[in-house]
Parts: sequence; C-alpha cells; structure tokens
Amino acid sequence: MKILVCISHVPDTTSKINFVENQTRFDTAGVQFIIGPYDDYALARAIELKEATPGTTVTVLNVGLADTEPTIRKALAIGADDAIRVNADPTDSFFVATQIAEHGKGYDLILMGRESIDYNSGVVHAMVGELLGLPSISPVMKLDLEGTKVKMTREIEGGKEQVESTLPLVAGCQEPIAEWKIPNMRGIMSARTKPLKVIEPKAVEPTAVLKKFELPAPKGAVKMIAADQVADLVTKLKTEAKVL
Amino acid sequence: MTALVFIETSEGKVKKSSLEAVCYAKAMGGKVIAIVLGIAEASELQQIGKYGAEKVLHAADPKLNQGIIQVYASVLTKAMQDEQADVLVLANSSLGTPVAAKVAVKTGASFASNVVELPDTASGFVVKRSIYTGKAFSHVDLKGAKKVIALKKNAAEVKETGGQASVVNYAVTLSDADFNTTILASEKATGEVLLPEAEIVVSGGRGMKGPEHWGILEELAKTLHAATGCSKPVSDIGWRPHHEHVGQTGVKVAPQLYIAIGISGAIQHLAGVNSSKCIVVINKDPEAPFFKAADYGIVGDAFDIVPKLTAAIKAAQ
Ligand SMILES: Cc1cc2nc3c(=O)[nH]c(=O)nc-3n(C[C@H](O)[C@H](O)[C@H](O)COP(=O)(O)OP(=O)(O)OC[C@H]3O[C@@H](n4cnc5c(N)ncnc54)[C@H](O)[C@@H]3O)c2cc1C
Ligand SMILES: Nc1ncnc2c1ncn2[C@@H]1O[C@H](COP(=O)(O)O)[C@@H](O)[C@H]1O
Repeated sequence: MKILVCISHVPDTTSKINFVENQTRFDTAGVQFIIGPYDDYALARAIELKEATPGTTVTVLNVGLADTEPTIRKALAIGADDAIRVNADPTDSFFVATQIAEHGKGYDLILMGRESIDYNSGVVHAMVGELLGLPSISPVMKLDLEGTKVKMTREIEGGKEQVESTLPLVAGCQEPIAEWKIPNMRGIMSARTKPLKVIEPKAVEPTAVLKKFELPAPKGAVKMIAADQVADLVTKLKTEAKVL
Repeated sequence: MTALVFIETSEGKVKKSSLEAVCYAKAMGGKVIAIVLGIAEASELQQIGKYGAEKVLHAADPKLNQGIIQVYASVLTKAMQDEQADVLVLANSSLGTPVAAKVAVKTGASFASNVVELPDTASGFVVKRSIYTGKAFSHVDLKGAKKVIALKKNAAEVKETGGQASVVNYAVTLSDADFNTTILASEKATGEVLLPEAEIVVSGGRGMKGPEHWGILEELAKTLHAATGCSKPVSDIGWRPHHEHVGQTGVKVAPQLYIAIGISGAIQHLAGVNSSKCIVVINKDPEAPFFKAADYGIVGDAFDIVPKLTAAIKAAQ
C-alpha cells in the first residue's frame, strides 16, 4: 500500500504572532516551526499502518520553501520513507490543494491534518478529494482498514458519526487517531539520507489574494471581583458587559 | 448580485449559524436565495424569509436527510448554476466547510473560510478571515467572478430585515457516484445546548479535581442555558467527552460569555476562546495566566465560588 501524508510547516502553538513589512509578512523572528499538530497525528497513523502491513510505504509531501526542510526531515526521522517538497510559498488553500493533487495520484491513502494551524482553513483535504475525484473525510478520530474498505469515526458538532468508504481516499486526521511519535536516534540518523525530492510547482492563477494581516485589538485590563462579592459579578455581566 | 445561502438544519430546525449566513448575504446587498436539503419543518422554511431570503429552495429528497458531503456539494453547485448565483454563503461547520471547499473547486470560485466580517467592496472584494487560531486576521481579495464564503460564528448579527419568502420545491437528480461514503451511525448529544453554537459556555479544567465534581458546573450551565466545555487534559484523562475539549486542538467557541473554572489559561486553550465577547475566570491562583485574557476575574476556590455564582444568577433571574 502507498500512503501520502501532507504536512504543513507551522509556528509552534505557543508562538507570539507578529507581522512585518507593513503587516504583509509573517514575522519569523524567534519563532520555532513544527509539523502541524494535526498533521503529526496523520503521520503517526500512517506509520502505524506501515508497521501493521508489510510492503507499505509512506511518503510525506510539503508545499513550502527551502526553510521547511528541517520539518520534512523530522517527518522522515519519525518513519516516513521519502519526501517531496513542492518549492513554493503556500499562500492559498486552492494553490496548495492543486500541488498536492498533482503528486497525489496513485496513492491508496492520502492523510492530512484536519486543519493547518496557521491559515486554519480546514479545506485542503476536501479540495484534494474533489480534484482527484476521491472521497474525502474530516475530521477523522479513528481509521481502520478492512481490505479496500475504510471504517472511520468522524467528529461532528456535539458528537460523532461512524463512516465507511473505500480506498483510495483522502482523510483529515485529529486525535485520538494515533499517538504522536517522537523520532529516535536511529530515525534521526537515517532521515539524513532518505530521498527528498524538490519539485517546482504547477502554475495556478491565484484567485484569493492576500492584502494584509491584522492583529486583534489588545484586551482591556481584567476587572477583579472579590470572592465574597459574587453577586457583584452577576450585576456587572448584566449591566456593564450586557451578556446575561 | 445573487447570493445562494446553504441552510443547515438540526432535528428539522434551522441552525442559528445559518441564519447568520442569511443575514450576512442580505447585508451584502442584492438578491438572497436560501437552500435547504433534506427534512425540515414547513414553518422553519417560511421563517427564513424574515431574515432576508426572498426565495427558499427545499430539496426534500429523503436521500438528502443524511449530510453526505459529496452529494451536498453537487446539489449546491447545480443550484448555483440554476439560480445564476455569484456567491455561495454558508456557516463553517463539520458539514458546511468541506461542502463549500468542494463547490469552490467545482465552480472555479474564489474561496475563503473563517470569514468574520462583511466584504469591503471599495476596491475588489476583500474579506477578513480569522487565522492563526484566532490570534490574527488576514484580508483577502476574492478575485474570481464567483465566490464561496464560509463564515465563522458571529460574522453577522441575526436580525429580521426581510419579509415573506416563497418556498419552492427544488427537484434534484442525484448521482450514485456521489454516495462515496456511507454514514453507518451517528451519536449526537440531543436536547442539550451544543458547544460550537452556544451563547454561553461554562468550562472546567484540571482544577476541578475529578469528574465527580462536574455537578456544580452542570448546575451553573443549566441555570445559564449554557453548554459545558473543558480543557484538553480533562478530556484526555476521560473526565469529559472529547467533543467538549476547547482550544487549539479542540472546539473553537465564540460565545457571548465564556466562564473558565480551574483552567490555567495555556496559550493553546486561549486559542479556542479568544473570539468570546466576554471572559470570566475563576481560579484559586492569582498568577494564573488566564486572568490576563479575562474581562472579569475572581481569585478563589471553585468549590466555594461556583455554587455561590449559580445562586446569585438564580436570584437575579
Ligand atoms: C500541541 C498542543 C496542543 C494543545 N491543545 C490544547 C487545547 O486545544 N486545549 C487545551 O485546553 N489545552 C491544550 N493543550 C494543553 C495546554 O498546554 C495545557 O496543558 C492545558 O490547557 C492545561 O489544562 P488545565 O488548565 O485544565 O490544567 P492545569 O494547567 O493543571 O491548570 C489547572 C488550574 O486550576 C487551578 N485550580 C486548581 N484547583 C483549583 C480550585 N479548587 N479552584 C479554582 N482553581 C483551581 C490551578 O490554579 C490551575 O491554574 C495543548 C498542548 C499542546 C502541546
Ligand atoms: N503547505 C502545505 N503543504 C502540505 N500540506 C499542507 C500544506 N498546508 C496544508 N496542508 C495539509 O492540509 C491540511 C488542512 O490544511 P488547511 O486546509 O490549510 O487547514 C493540513 O492539516 C495539512 O495536512
């Protein structure tokens, strides 16, 4: 079986977000980049499936510029066999989906995260499914293969549903689909020599064009209320905040 | 301009987030046509007019009662063509967002999700999106002739500005190939207030010490008609179900009021609550980081404060 895992290269979840160049570029100063947390679940499930089924290969794909290579190497250290980097700034979901679809043919399973934590669209998997004419399901909390059948649990508002489909398939993953894997020393060593192919992007006319970024207005100071004045809080919520 | 609005229902009733989508489309100016797929109460269809839709298409084919993403995407694509709609507007959800993405690919439309404000059409068609899990926004110009917009909660105020809508039966031809997934079963909390839609959320963290202490939170939530939420460790240990976990890797809420009890306020938790209008924090540690993100705070023991708060709210009702 051939599995493709699409990983985004995103600021660590504790990062302070800032913009430079007139609010048009993300400020990478002091920011640690990681594999998207949901993509990490997708990768972990792919490695589990590889371990369970001999002959399975796992390829990771990232659409990004050269600075994403340490993140890709980390995925190789976790256990992916080889990697593809599409050499482009991933500015727009449709652009990213087009690149993934371009290289996603011939895989039995394409696993992604439910959403990237930078642009948070939660749509690349659906677009890739549409472009390749494959079923796409997200967010998937459980995924098991029975021959060419795929049994999944998908989270919905206030609950979950059991879904069945067939390979080939695209899935957006989230916990508890698998436990995150941490690379070991051997993995880190072997990752250095695993193949990482760099491919130029397919040209796509951008239809959604970034104008500028904006940070939310700073929050006013917290108003503290004494522990024995709880009724005062209720009054303030009613008359001042007007939320009750 | 003609906008098609996809209406989601839950147990036959129109979701509030979908009414926000109707009001958003109405506020954009132009003609608003709503579309409802599957089972829906007649009175519910009728009332969509009050929010600005002049026509409501109802595709009542029972095969649409289950939300199969691929099927819905094909029906909406066809409806956009039939009605010559320039824009599709819908609410972000586990069904709406992937459907929107597929319609965008099928129609070649420009697409934006997590949209929080009306478009700025002074030059182009610029929408404001929430990104970095609520930590920032981006302004994106949707250049395509057709556009698909998925709205984050509270992108528009629900208000009655319309009148009568004509409710029309919408006949669909469904393709077997689109039934590429089968929903075998679904478990859904019924009757309760659903967390992603709630106007008030009462959330508990590890400071609650154990699942047996959730009674006081549930009592407070019931008094406020609120949904209950929790921090990630709480659902990881199994004190509360997974779908209640709020934050970067969980549900992102945008209520009027978020009450955090015994939650430290880690940045990953804050990422899920920073769109709340008002945040109240109850924590026994005055140094808890959550206070910095709060509007109101009480330093104290949850087991003492929460019952008092419930009593004070009851007294004020
Ligand atoms: C990649 C990643 C993603 C994550 N995603 C999420 C996420 O989506 N959501 C999330 O919540 N977390 C997430 N986390 C975890 C997050 O970093 C914190 O560990 C977590 O939010 C802490 O939960 P907590 O506040 O309940 O527990 P703690 O940090 O243990 O805090 C408990 C709080 O309760 C207070 N307390 C104790 N007793 C009482 C009492 N009797 N009365 C009142 N207060 C009391 C304490 O003072 C303390 O502030 C993520 C972490 C990572 C690394
Ligand atoms: N630049 C990228 N390269 C590879 N995969 C990506 C990229 N951006 C997003 N993805 C994948 O698509 C999923 C959904 O992303 P999004 O639609 O941006 O929220 C992510 O969890 C990744 O698995």
